[in-house]
Parts: sequence; C-alpha cells; structure tokens
Amino acid sequence: MAPIGTLHYLVIAAALFVLGVIGVLTRRNVVIILMSIELILNAVNLNLVAFSRIWGLHGQVFSIFIITDAAAEAAVGLGILIAFFRNKETVNVDEIDLLKW
Amino acid sequence: MCLRFHILITAITAVVILMSYEYMATQQIRAGEYYSLILLGAVGMCLMSSAVELVLIFIALEISSISTYVLAGFRRRAAISSEASVKYFLLGSFATAFFLYGVALMFGATGSTGISVIAQSLRAGNTSTLAFAGIALMFVGLGFKVAAAPFHIWTPDVYEGAPAPVVALMSTGPKAAVFAVLLRVLFEINAPGRLGLIWVTAALSMTLGNLSALVQHNVKRLLAYSSIAHAGYLMMAYAALPANGIPAVMFYTATYAAMNVGAFAIVSHLAGAGERYVTIEDYAGLGRRSPLLAAALSIFLLSLIGIPMTGGFFAKFYVFSAAFQNSLTGLVIIGVLNSAIGAYYYLRLLVVMYMKEGGQEIPIAPTPLALHAALAISIAATLYLGILPGRVIEFASRSVRDLTQ
Repeated sequence: MAPIGTLHYLVIAAALFVLGVIGVLTRRNVVIILMSIELILNAVNLNLVAFSRIWGLHGQVFSIFIITDAAAEAAVGLGILIAFFRNKETVNVDEIDLLKW
Repeated sequence: MCLRFHILITAITAVVILMSYEYMATQQIRAGEYYSLILLGAVGMCLMSSAVELVLIFIALEISSISTYVLAGFRRRAAISSEASVKYFLLGSFATAFFLYGVALMFGATGSTGISVIAQSLRAGNTSTLAFAGIALMFVGLGFKVAAAPFHIWTPDVYEGAPAPVVALMSTGPKAAVFAVLLRVLFEINAPGRLGLIWVTAALSMTLGNLSALVQHNVKRLLAYSSIAHAGYLMMAYAALPANGIPAVMFYTATYAAMNVGAFAIVSHLAGAGERYVTIEDYAGLGRRSPLLAAALSIFLLSLIGIPMTGGFFAKFYVFSAAFQNSLTGLVIIGVLNSAIGAYYYLRLLVVMYMKEGGQEIPIAPTPLALHAALAISIAATLYLGILPGRVIEFASRSVRDLTQ
C-alpha cells in the first residue's frame, strides 16, 4: 500500500470544498448553508496544513487565523440571523424574498 | 499607493459619518455602535489597501466585511434591512471562502503568502495548474466584493435594503480597498491568464449593469446597478498595461467615491423616516421644491454619466485610453456603447426632477449643517477631479513604480 502523501490530503480537501459548494447552492435552511460554508473553510485549512508538509509552518499559522475568523463570522452570522428571524419568523431561504426585481 | 488609498478611505468615512447624524435621527435609531462599526470597517479597508501579505489581506477583508454585514441590517425593525443583511452575509462569506481556497492553492504553488515572493516565483516561470486555479478562485472572491458581474447578484438587493448612508460607504470604501488588492493581485503578481478573465468580467458587468438599470423604479436599486456598471468600467483598466492601468484605477476609484457618496447623501436625506421616499416618482418636481439639492444631485448624476467638467469624464477617459493603448479595441467599443446606454437612466432621473410635477407632495426636511458639509466636500471633489485632474493623475502615477518594480 502506498504511503499517504500530500496529494491524498489535497483530494480530500477538494472533495470537502465541492461538498460545501453543493450544500450552499442546494440547501434551503440558512443554518445548514452556514455549516456548508464552514465546510469550505475547513477544506481550506486542510489544504494549508497539507501544504505545510512541503513549505513549512507558515500554512499552519494561517489556518489558525482562519479558524479564529470562522468563529467570529459564525457569531456575527447567527446574530444577523436572529435579527432576521424576529422580523420574518423563518430560516428558509425561499422565504427570504422581500427584495426582488 | 497606500497613502493615496488611506486618504480616500478616510475622506469617504468622514463624509459618511457627516450624513449619518441626520439619518440616524430621522430613523430614530440611537446607537453609538453604528459609528464604531463604521470606523472599524474603515480600519479594515485601510489595512487592506496597504497589505502586501495575503494573510493580512484576508484578515482586513474580514474586518471590513463583517462590520458592513452588521451595518447593512442596522434598521433592525425593518424586515428588508435585516433581509439585506442576511443575504449579504451568506453570499459574502461564501465569496470569502472562495478567496481563501484560492490563497491556499497559491500558497501550495509558490510556498509563500507574501505578494512579492509570489510575484518572483511566478516570474521565474512557475506556471503550475495550482497557480492558475489559485488566481481564478481569488478573483472570484474579490470580484464578489467589488460587485462585478457575474458575481453581482447580491448588489441590488443589499443596496435596496441597507440604510442609505451605509450603502454610500459600502459602495465606495470596501470597493476602493478591494480594487487596491486587485492592483496587487493582478498587476504586482502579474497574474497569468488575467486578460481573458478581466475581459469577460468587464464586458459582462458593464452590459448587465446598464441594461438592468434601465428598468428600475427604486433610486437605490438604480444606483446599485449603476455601481455594477462602474465596476465594469473600472475592470477595463486592469486589462491595460500597468503604466496606464494603475493611475486609471486610482483616479476612477477616487472619482467614483466622490460622486456616489454625494448621490447617496441626497438619497438618504430625501428618503425620510422609514426610507419611504426612494422611488424615481418621489423625485418629481424636486428642481422646484428644493433647487439646491436638485442642483447638487444633477452634478453627481452628470458626473456618473461622464459629462466633461466633472470627474466622471476624466475617469472614463483615462480607463478607455488605457485599455485602447493595450489594443483592446473590442472592449473599448463595448464600454463606449454602455456609457451611451447609461446616460439614459441618469438623464431620466434628471428629467423627472426638473420637468415633471409631483402628484403628491412629499415633505423635504430642512438640510442640516452636517449634510451641507458632506455635499460640499463631494461636489468640490467631483468638480476638482473634473477640472484639474493633472495633479491627481500625476500623484497616482508615482505608485506605478512601487507596484511593478
């Protein structure tokens, strides 16, 4: 059996990325869309850590930044979602339809 | 280059804060965090325009984005405002994730996140697939932030729902900062294969923006589509040679900020409590009822069309000539045709203001001193850039050397 190399990690990361994008585009619940975005961010983290095997620690430091930022973003996002829920009583993106052309 | 963008962003922030005083009072929102969020966003934008390291660019991008996500939903009781905020947040963080994936691939291809190291590595002939994919994904993320087609879907919705002074800020400040980042990503890195990418984006943005603006009834929505079109004109400069493109981009961002902030200052004043009066019909007879405001708005609209004597003319002139010198005749023709289409909907607003009588009289509040100051700054900047563009363009040309070594 071949040892696990950088390429394997990259393939997994790419798969996570695609799953995240599909999730954002097809799911109708805002909370699940948020989770799909987190999935993409984790794909990025996996990529950076995998590349760190070749290029050194720099990528790992970057991924810590991304984890922190993802937490901040999730906090703000849920806050915004609660403000919206108070007005419309829904988290379904099909019902977020006041603004249309 | 950093200094110039810092001055621009600080000026935008100052004018937006001046117009916010009255707006917050009219909307009966008493919240100090509004101003601190604006300042926080401004810090992010300044950092973004001076960062030469992709990690810092990402953090700065997030600082400015997160504060504008919150600001977009600041009229908490209004459903459309919080809806705008949710839309902006979801699509914005989606775009940031794309940008990050691009950065990760770029790191994988070159082993660094510093712009200059990446540039060296690419110049040395490193043109792996990873680098191409990285540039493309980063371009998607940044293209979203500047509202360039085909990543513009959020713009009209968010601009319509968000409070008017916030729209004034986010249609100019973060855009200018992200255009500064694009200068680094596209020119300094000398991104491989950028020409095709920009060609398509610029042509699409101009055409979609202008054509959709033709059928709008809401002034904020109309200005949103106009901002998509202007992002398209600006994109053209990135297809030019660095020596012409960089000054053109800097001049255009400054001019666009001056005229757009001014236009939104008037929109936010006329909107009234609860932003009720934002359709084009509400502007009927404005020329008679409030000649000064109408005159100011006319200057901004004429500048947005690109009439000589206003900044908009030279901004377009520099962009078109920069693209023309790189023999992008097709793109220039599309641009000129689009300017002609664009003139129609700005002129329609002018015609309504001066030649149509309003059915029902909408109340116009007296203009407070702060708004006068905001308008005076915007008008002065718009006219200065239109009458004496030489010094600004010369100042901008100096940064060509920094970016291209």
